[in-house]
Formats: sequence, structure tokens, C-alpha cells
Amino acid sequence: MTEALLQLRGITKRFPGVLALDGVDFALTAGEVHALVGENGAGKSTLIKIISGVHQPDAGRIDYLGTPVTFPTPRAAADRGITVIYQEVALFPDLTVLENLYVGAYPRRPLLRHSGRGRRVDWMAMRARAQDVAASLGVKLDLEAPVHRLSAAQQQLVEIARALLRDARVIIMDEPTGPLTQQDAARLFSLIRQLRSRGVGIIYISHRLEEIFEVADRLTVLRDGRRIVAMPVGETTREMLIHHMVGRTLDTLYPHTARQTGPPVLEVEGLGTSGALTDVSFTLGRGEILGLAGLVGSGRTTLARAIFGIVPPGRGRIKLDGVDARIAHAGRARELGIAYVPEERQRQGLVLPFSVSENLSLVILRRLSRLGFINHASERTVAHDVVRRLDIRTPGIGVPAATLSGGNQQKVVVGKWLAAQPRVLIMDEPTRGVDVGAKAEIHRLMSELAGRGLAILLISSELPELLGMSDRIMVMHRGRIAGELSRGQATQEKIMAMATGVA
Amino acid sequence: MRERGRELTIVAALAMLSGYLSLTQANFRDAFTISTILTNAAYVAVVGIGMTIVIVAGQIDISVGSMLAVCALITGTLARAGVPMPLVVLASLLLGLGMGALNGALVAYLRVPSIIVTLATLTVLRGAIVWWTKGYWVMPLPPGWKVLGTTHLLGLPLPVWIGWAAVLAASILLAHTVFGREIYAAGSHPQAAQLNGIDTARVTFWVFALNGLLVGLATMLHVTRFSMVQTQEGLGLEFLVITAVVVGGTNIFGGSGTVMGTYLGVLLLTVTSSALTFLGISATWDQAIRGAFILVAVTADIVRTGQWRQPVGWA
Repeated sequence: MTEALLQLRGITKRFPGVLALDGVDFALTAGEVHALVGENGAGKSTLIKIISGVHQPDAGRIDYLGTPVTFPTPRAAADRGITVIYQEVALFPDLTVLENLYVGAYPRRPLLRHSGRGRRVDWMAMRARAQDVAASLGVKLDLEAPVHRLSAAQQQLVEIARALLRDARVIIMDEPTGPLTQQDAARLFSLIRQLRSRGVGIIYISHRLEEIFEVADRLTVLRDGRRIVAMPVGETTREMLIHHMVGRTLDTLYPHTARQTGPPVLEVEGLGTSGALTDVSFTLGRGEILGLAGLVGSGRTTLARAIFGIVPPGRGRIKLDGVDARIAHAGRARELGIAYVPEERQRQGLVLPFSVSENLSLVILRRLSRLGFINHASERTVAHDVVRRLDIRTPGIGVPAATLSGGNQQKVVVGKWLAAQPRVLIMDEPTRGVDVGAKAEIHRLMSELAGRGLAILLISSELPELLGMSDRIMVMHRGRIAGELSRGQATQEKIMAMATGVA
Repeated sequence: MRERGRELTIVAALAMLSGYLSLTQANFRDAFTISTILTNAAYVAVVGIGMTIVIVAGQIDISVGSMLAVCALITGTLARAGVPMPLVVLASLLLGLGMGALNGALVAYLRVPSIIVTLATLTVLRGAIVWWTKGYWVMPLPPGWKVLGTTHLLGLPLPVWIGWAAVLAASILLAHTVFGREIYAAGSHPQAAQLNGIDTARVTFWVFALNGLLVGLATMLHVTRFSMVQTQEGLGLEFLVITAVVVGGTNIFGGSGTVMGTYLGVLLLTVTSSALTFLGISATWDQAIRGAFILVAVTADIVRTGQWRQPVGWA
């Protein structure tokens, strides 16, 4: 076996409440495309952040080009030739392609011919080298065009060219085909093969399994922060790969109780938004937990936001209890009895500087007030009540929500909506980043609420959670409903197959 | 939102400054001086209330000086035409409300940044005034004009009482009403506010409209103390008011601040101005001292919150 370009041994990384990586080994050889696969939260992002100097490992060692290294900053890793191309393009939209290619590392030349240190940006050298790189990749780059005028594929090309201009030995691509059309993706794959033949090592992360079989040489599967397997792509199949990715046994953590699903509360018919959703139809019944599976970017969150009136739906209609609902804005959704616990509670669900009680009362302020004046006594009563019912651990209802732990913050977001006594509760990744105990409490609460007739739409990337909690599972793929599975039929493999477009 | 630290600091500064002046300058202890300071502060404070609310909501309004001038000139003209004073006051309020609502509509529904909208209204209104008055002052004014500004109640002019009432009302609005809570939420975290079903556009619109209404009120408190209306009324008022708001502890990025803090900020600036007069220091220093107050106040905030540790551009 050829010597590894990059070798990680026993990498462990702990975040508050989570063991993100647990003794992970990983090796990348020059001229290899190495796919990194796993469910959301398996530890892929943490691993590439450690390789690229964003995070430091708590334990383990990294050898690069045969010597042990540490990368205290992303800049240090980049200077040694390790580049990450993230899913969301990290270019400066108002600068030209040429300027973007060299941002942070403009070649200089002296102000006057022999005046010593370089002070003047050497545009001529920049242009010449950029053209060389473009030519060697067999692509055309309009160096003077501002980046915002470029397509997603062209922008990616700029990032790749930038990596090469900095003599990258390792290029990490995180979901690179996410924003691309199929033709562009095909072009990207041929570019990746060229890079490989130049001896660049490529770490390729994608949820789309078909791509991995098309472009990767080897793969490493991560699950729950551990390396499950590393092997040549040729030695596995899609089915085996899915099994490795989701292979844990379903724990008995999930308190699913047999319930009778009542009449439909929420009916969505032919919902479509420009680009993100196409012809989405489903019904959600009283007392039902409907799981919504799908990869990141499959349209799950957009669907939730369209129902909640934040993303304007272009086509289709939404009925609540059989009555047409025109949901023009979130305030209307709230009035109609729709509650939404958003994906990123820190950024979206909570007003962090607000106290616990101010957050808890935010959606029911009108009920707690008379003639516009807030009744602080009832506000406190409601807050104490929710804190007690959901066992929110907080020093008091007056402390800023920002000071609570992730799990308790999530309980505040959930509790706030429960106080509003909704008909429909949409929960987007309700237990992400929440510790095991709080997670079980949130699950128990969901079951209890469904038992009392609340209709719940559960969006989750965690398959065991979906399988454990849902009465029915709907799978999205590229903005469409790819299929639906009853509780009895659903398996992780079937869901994964639908979500990756295999089935 | 309920930080009292800044307010106590200002009270301490005010006490020290006034104490020093009272001991060294015999005239400063006069009821007349105190009454003058409070009266001068009253209209600035009323504009400051509106500005506090606008800034807490995450916006800014730099057109307040021009709006005040428009209200002043039009009401002066109405009074000269024989319109009874109660109607003149009402006209000022409605005029302010209308101009504020225009700013608000542009910011909230056309999504033009508030600094741009109000920069435009500042310029346009000021230009319209010059064009309309050709630089002539509005005078003489009828005898009833100065009743509001010069009537005393319990030894203090009416504008002082009205200013205090406005501070009290606005404090209650921010702390105890649904609208107040929505203002803090929208300024603190607009996306989260929206996800909680708060119509942030509506909040923004009304915040500007309310600010305009308060400018209309402030105009009446200010101009009815004098026998004429000058064309340059309110020139540079926005700087004075924003200074007072920031010195008073309101976060310039929105989400926190109190009307009481602003009132104390206005008092501090007013007392400082008159201190310069008493101490025989040139009034040109006034500007420099205001600038220094801003730097001290903002630097104190940044050090306290640790914001200076973050990369530039991370507000």
C-alpha cells in the first residue's frame, strides 16, 4: 500500500454533552478519492473540521506527508495545502473571479523596480497563473467577472482553481453536488478524476450514494462518532453501505403508544414553491405523529416553513379541519393553531436575550393581556407551570434563555408552543444537539401530546427517532414526496433508499 | 432590557456635575436655572423617546430634525392664519404621525434600510422648507401661541410636565404592553420574532409612525416657548438625540434600552451644556464633550459584553 498522504489515528473530540468522535482512524493516499459517509450527526463534519484546523482533537494524532502535525487554525491547514470546499460557496460575491482566486494571498511585487519588499499587488502574475490553472483543468474562467454573476457550478470551479493555485495536496469537498444540476455534477466528476490523476487526495462527502459509487475509490463509514468500516468502494453494495450507516439496533427509548388516528386536521394539496417544493400532498390526522424523512436539502424544512406561512407557497392549498386556510404570514399560522419548533433553536426558536418567561409567553402574549397590557402575574403563572410540566432546569424564570443548556432551551421552545394549545405541531429536528435524558423527555412529551389529540409533524434526520416515534413516515427527495411507509413497513434501509433516490 | 447599571452611572454623573456647579456657581442653584434646564431637556427627551423605541426595534431615524422643522413651520403658519391653538397642536401631531408613517412604510414594506429612507426624508424635507419659506421666519405669532410653552404648573412650565408624562407612558408601553414586547423581540432577533408569529413589518411601521407622532408633540413643546419659528429649527437635532439614546444605554444594534435611560442621557447632555456656560468655557466644546460621551458609553458596553474579542464585522 502506498504511503498515506494524511493519516489520522484515534481521533477523539468531545463537545459539551456529545462525544462527536470516538477514536476515529482515517487514511487518505495521494491520488485517491475517499468518500466519507454517515447519517447526519455521525461525525463527518467534525472530522473534516479537525483535518482542516477548525477544531482541535482532544486525543489522537494526525500525520501529514509523513510527519506529525497540528493545525491550530484553518489558515495553518490551508498553508500546508489542505483545502475545504464547503457546500455553501465561500467566495466574495462582489469581487472578481481573479480577486477571489487570490483573496488573502495576493502575490506582491515591489512598488518600484528595485525597492525591496513587495507592496504592490502583482496583477500580471496573478492573471498568468490563473490562466495556466484554468487551462490545465481544461476549463474557461472569465477572470474579470464578479463572482455573483457566476452559476453555482462556475463558483465551485473558482474554489477548485483557488485550491490548486495554493498547491493543495488535499481537497475536502462537502456535499459538492448539492447546488448543481446533473450535467454540472457530471462535469464536476470528470474534474475530480483529473485532480486525482495529478496526485491530489480528495475527501468526498455526500449523502447521495449513487455519487459515491460513481466517483470514489475508497470509503469510510462513520456512525455515532465511530468508524464502522473503511474499504474499497468496489467491495460493497448500496444495501451493505446503508446497513453500515444505520446499523444500530433500535433502542427501546421511544415510548410509542398505540393510538387511533382521528380525522384529518391538516390537509396539504399540491403544495409547490418556486424551486424547492413540487406537488406535495399529504394529510395529518388528529393524534397522529407523521414522520418526515429526507436528506438535508430535500425540502423538509421548506415544507414546514410553507405550512407556517414563512415561505410563500406558490401553488396548492392547505386545509385545517377541512377549512381552506390562507396562511399569508406566521402570525396567521399561529392564530390558526399551527405551532412550529424550528430547526436551529438558537438562531430561530428563541429570543436569546429574553428571559425564560418572556420566551415562554411570546406566542400567547395576546391571551395574557388585556387592552394590550401584559398581565405579568398570569405571565409568571404560565411560565412556572410550563417550567414545572416540562421539567425545564433553570435557576429561575427571569434568567436569560441564553444561559440554559441546549436541551432546556429546546424545552422552552416546545413549552412556549404548548402553552398556545395548538392543533398542529411541526417539530423540525427537535432533539438535535440535546442530551440523551432531555431527548427521552421530549419524546415522552410528544407521545403524551399525540395521545391527547395533537397532530404532530416530526421532521428528523435521525432514523431511529423517526421509526420509534412515528405512526407513519413520509420520505422527501428533491422537493417531492418520494414515498410513504406505514409504521409496520418502515425500515431504515427503505427510508434511506427512498431518500437517496435509489428506490 | 432591564439593566439599571447605566442609569445609575448617569444619575451619579449628573449628581456630581450638578453638585459641583451648585457649590461653585451660586446661580446654578436658582429655581430659574433648574427650570430652564428641565424645559430645554423636555422636547429633546420627547424626540429621544421616539428614537429609543426606533433603535430598540433595530432601526434608526435621522430625519427627526427635519420633521420637527416641518411641523414647526406649518403650525406657525396655521396659527398666523387664525387657526385655534388646540387645532394647531392636533395638526402638529397628525403631521408628525404622517411623516413617520411614510418613513415606516418605506422601511417596513419596501424593505429600504432605515438609514437610507430617513437620510432621504431628512434632505427632502429640509429642502422643501427652504424652498417654501425662502428663508423667512414665521412671525409675528398670535398671543395664544405661547400659552402652552410658558404656562407654569407647580412652578414648572407645562412642557416639563408633558415630557415627564411622555417618558412615563413610553416606559409603560415598552415594559408592560404586547406591542412593547414585540418591539424588543423584533429588535433583538427579527427572525426569531417572525417564527413566533410576530409581524415584524407591522411593528416596524408603527414604531416609525409613533416616532413621528412624538416629534409632532416635541415640536409643540419647543416652539411655543418663542415668539417666532425659524427655518433652521431642529437642525442637527438627530445627533443630539441619538447621542442621548446611546449614552442612556440603548444598544445601537437594537433589542435593548430604556426610555428612562434616554431621559437621563438628555439631562446629562443638557446639564453639561449649561455647565460650560456657567464655567465660561466656549460652547464649541459642547460638541467635543458629546462625542466623548458616546465613545465612553459605547466602549463601556463593548468591554462589558466582550464584543471586542470578535472579528470586525460581527455585530
